[in-house]
Amino acid sequence: MQAGTFLGYRRENGRVGVRNHVVILPVDDISNAAAEAAASNIKGTLALPHAYGRLQFGEDLELFFRTMIGTGANPNVAACLVVGIEPEWTGRIVEGIASSGKPVEGFSIERHGDLRTIEAVSRRAQQLLQRSSELRREECGVQELYVSAKCGESDTTTGLASCPAVGRVLDRLDALGATTSFGETSELTGAEDICASRAATPEVAAEFRRVFRSYNQFILEQGVDLLGSQPTQGNLRGGLTTIEEKALGNLQKIGRQCRFVGCLEPAEAPPGPGLWFMNTSSAAAEAVTLWAASGAVIHLFPTGQGNIVGNPIEPVIKLSGNPLTVRTMSEHIDVDVSGLLQRSFSLDEAGDRLWDLMIRVANGRLTCAEALGHREFVLTKLYRSA
Amino acid sequence: MIHFIAHGKNDNVGVAVVDLPGGQQLAGWNLETDQTLAARAKQDIPLGHKIALAPVSAGGQVVKYNVPIGQASQDIAEGEHVHTHNLRTARW
Repeated sequence: MQAGTFLGYRRENGRVGVRNHVVILPVDDISNAAAEAAASNIKGTLALPHAYGRLQFGEDLELFFRTMIGTGANPNVAACLVVGIEPEWTGRIVEGIASSGKPVEGFSIERHGDLRTIEAVSRRAQQLLQRSSELRREECGVQELYVSAKCGESDTTTGLASCPAVGRVLDRLDALGATTSFGETSELTGAEDICASRAATPEVAAEFRRVFRSYNQFILEQGVDLLGSQPTQGNLRGGLTTIEEKALGNLQKIGRQCRFVGCLEPAEAPPGPGLWFMNTSSAAAEAVTLWAASGAVIHLFPTGQGNIVGNPIEPVIKLSGNPLTVRTMSEHIDVDVSGLLQRSFSLDEAGDRLWDLMIRVANGRLTCAEALGHREFVLTKLYRSA
Repeated sequence: MIHFIAHGKNDNVGVAVVDLPGGQQLAGWNLETDQTLAARAKQDIPLGHKIALAPVSAGGQVVKYNVPIGQASQDIAEGEHVHTHNLRTARW
């Protein structure tokens, strides 16, 4: 099969991005102000404020570092400035991002104060912004893309139209040798056996079952069930009644042919091409942030009732099969597949429409979420800080 | 005009793809068999919500995608709106 090409940014480590952001990354909550002030000084740079980064420990701290380093190292990022309150954790993140080969530098606020830090970060950000503005897009193979997929505010039209359309695209990407990923662990409840049957080997299936059981065990340990949360109130309004029904619609996203080759920890970079299961929350902003940190450069997002999520560094392409959502929220929907419900076009044609839009976004077209300024950067927290 | 769609040949519910008016004859489509279906809704059913294509006794399985999606919490008549009032998860 001919893979086709698009114009992307080839980074120092050979990976291919579709955006060219200069990111100013705060290490911790109290460094947000300096990062945002520097980004405000140097228009065109991107600050990524968040709520954590202090007194985390254990597995939660490891996930924090993986998310920070992966975000800075994402191929959609041309250069990164890291701003933290003290130099140790700042340096650890800088070192991690530097292994990708891209320009990165750290700044710490203690013994300088906000104002001197803002000036230093701003001066360096200006240089990196001007430098990155001279980087040119070059021809890249579609098989070099890493694409993630997750749905949100699902309803019954998601399982009928938008998720199967994504499935067509993932099957096609997989056949070309691209990298893809799906997740949403709790949201596979009721479809876990079907999901396990889509693993490439019995070992991968067993690993998926272990991850799935462990997530459910965590929920049970809270002494509650997910009734009232899963399905969400939006799902119920859209006609989805049970988690099983939601999961079966969700799983349409992984197509019919492709098989997943392994299970990833949250924010873990896939070690090779193929379809990967990532252990994520089903909350949209948290999950997309994890995929962006794992290196994904485009996200495919089917929605029924109209989840409006975006991500600061990974463009989120929305598609919907719900005619009411498409009519009332058109500014959020990149691809309208509602015609599937009246057989106005086939599923193959729906997949082709999404594919074409994905290539345009890879070439630089802004998604609805980008144009509307949706930059949800939300860290997954495994447990409370010390 | 398609009023409702069923996913699998064994499904006993369909999905309303327009707002369904109660009492009228409705046209449906089965995705798996590509067959045309007929039904009559017992009451108005909003876009995206489910219509029973066969009766289900209390405790019986509601099937969609050829897979059980939960248990009927009361008897469900053919043509009835199927949602949280008469269907619940078997998982939690």
